Amino acid sequence: MINLRKGIFLTLISMIFLLKAKAQEEDLLKLVEEDKPQKEIVKNAFKATRIINTQSMEFLAPGTMDFTILHRFGQLDRGVNNLFGLDEASMRMAFDFGITKNLMIGVGRSTYKKELDAFFKYAPVRQSAGSSAFPVTIALASGLTLNTLPWQDPVRQNYFTSRMAFFSQVIIGRKFSEVLSLQLTPTMIHYNLVPTVDTSNDIYALGIGGRYKLAKRFSFNWDYSYVINSLDKNVYTNPLSVGIDIETGGHVFQLHFSNSTGMNERAFVTETSGHWDKTEVRFGFNLSRIFQIKKRKED
Amino acid sequence: MKKIIIVILALFLVNSAMAQGKYFTKSGKITFDATTKESPEKVQAVTKTAVAVLDAASGNIQFSVLMRGFQFEHALMEEHFHENYVESTKYPKATFKGQLEGVSALAKDGTYELPVKGQLSLHGASRDIQTKVKVVVSGTNMNATATFMAPLADYNIAIPGLVADKLAKTASVKVECLLQPLKN
Repeated sequence: MINLRKGIFLTLISMIFLLKAKAQEEDLLKLVEEDKPQKEIVKNAFKATRIINTQSMEFLAPGTMDFTILHRFGQLDRGVNNLFGLDEASMRMAFDFGITKNLMIGVGRSTYKKELDAFFKYAPVRQSAGSSAFPVTIALASGLTLNTLPWQDPVRQNYFTSRMAFFSQVIIGRKFSEVLSLQLTPTMIHYNLVPTVDTSNDIYALGIGGRYKLAKRFSFNWDYSYVINSLDKNVYTNPLSVGIDIETGGHVFQLHFSNSTGMNERAFVTETSGHWDKTEVRFGFNLSRIFQIKKRKED
Repeated sequence: MKKIIIVILALFLVNSAMAQGKYFTKSGKITFDATTKESPEKVQAVTKTAVAVLDAASGNIQFSVLMRGFQFEHALMEEHFHENYVESTKYPKATFKGQLEGVSALAKDGTYELPVKGQLSLHGASRDIQTKVKVVVSGTNMNATATFMAPLADYNIAIPGLVADKLAKTASVKVECLLQPLKN
């Protein structure tokens, strides 16, 4: 009898302990967590705000300044005496600023045609994941360029506005995976002054570009623009650039080969004269250094 | 024998009466710091969206932290943290499931220092950690703070050679939570 009671007693005790043990394995987080995934902007489709020449779907973070030095050496076909083009250089220096997470502005100056440029880039919608996800980033980039060379023909009546050209583009981009991002960039360039009466003031082009990530901080990039109505078909061709991005802490190095000399939209879309098949290609790099110029406020 | 059973049952009842229920927060603050002397800038991130639940009866304590919630003073550092180090898209959450010892003391107002043990899962790796939690009980609220060290290599977070001396190999993690009663 005593043994039976002992048995019941032990069973009860072990049941109590089992109950307690079970309680400890309980998933407490289930009690408070909502399962709804939050909407989240897809970031890092590209390492820099330019794929190579073309504006990318990326934006600078608000409060940061990106100082970039873009360099294009001479053509490879210049031979060893010219160190395959390294003796010459064309440069664009630029300061870009992140204003909000969907808006950035920038100014630059190129040695090619001693040209100043300014632009803004704004994204009404960004690619996002989570609830109410959106598959692509749609951005608009627009800017003007100002040629500051002496007038070609000082005799005729020259207007200041004749120095100006404008560009507008729509950037439709998608980060397909951690490694692959692609982008379409229809572009229009408007010239206030064109060389001949037969030349259209408006040049249209369709840009495509992308990147393929080879390692965490290393990617392969390319961009190309198909120019629909060239300024002069005998002189100018479509710009194609291929290269790599290397990210090192605060810097992004972009090393590439390109057939264009100019580095603002007007110059590389409409005035690319090198031909890849004749090795009229230039080695170049973009160096980007990002500075935090405004402290982020705590929220 | 019957008496003993009654006593046991009574104890069990008392035990559940003493069980102070569950406490939680959805705005726990977690500070991550990997600054070294050579760091040119402060390598520090804060999130204020950590979710934590404490079962004051059993001492069972659990955390869930959305990695994306971590914000840095430097925007670029933040991007690199998420893209290259903790890979927030691939591993969106960090969790901690553990056991707080001596929770019965928490029934009364006061300041207590209790040991906690458990498993931290981060960046696809799980490691046992232990530390001490300072709990300040006042009325129905508990203010819990704890600090522990997390060697980055334990969680398969690789540091590239170029920045090896600018980043601490072991990050210090500070947790601050104001826990409130959870009504079921």
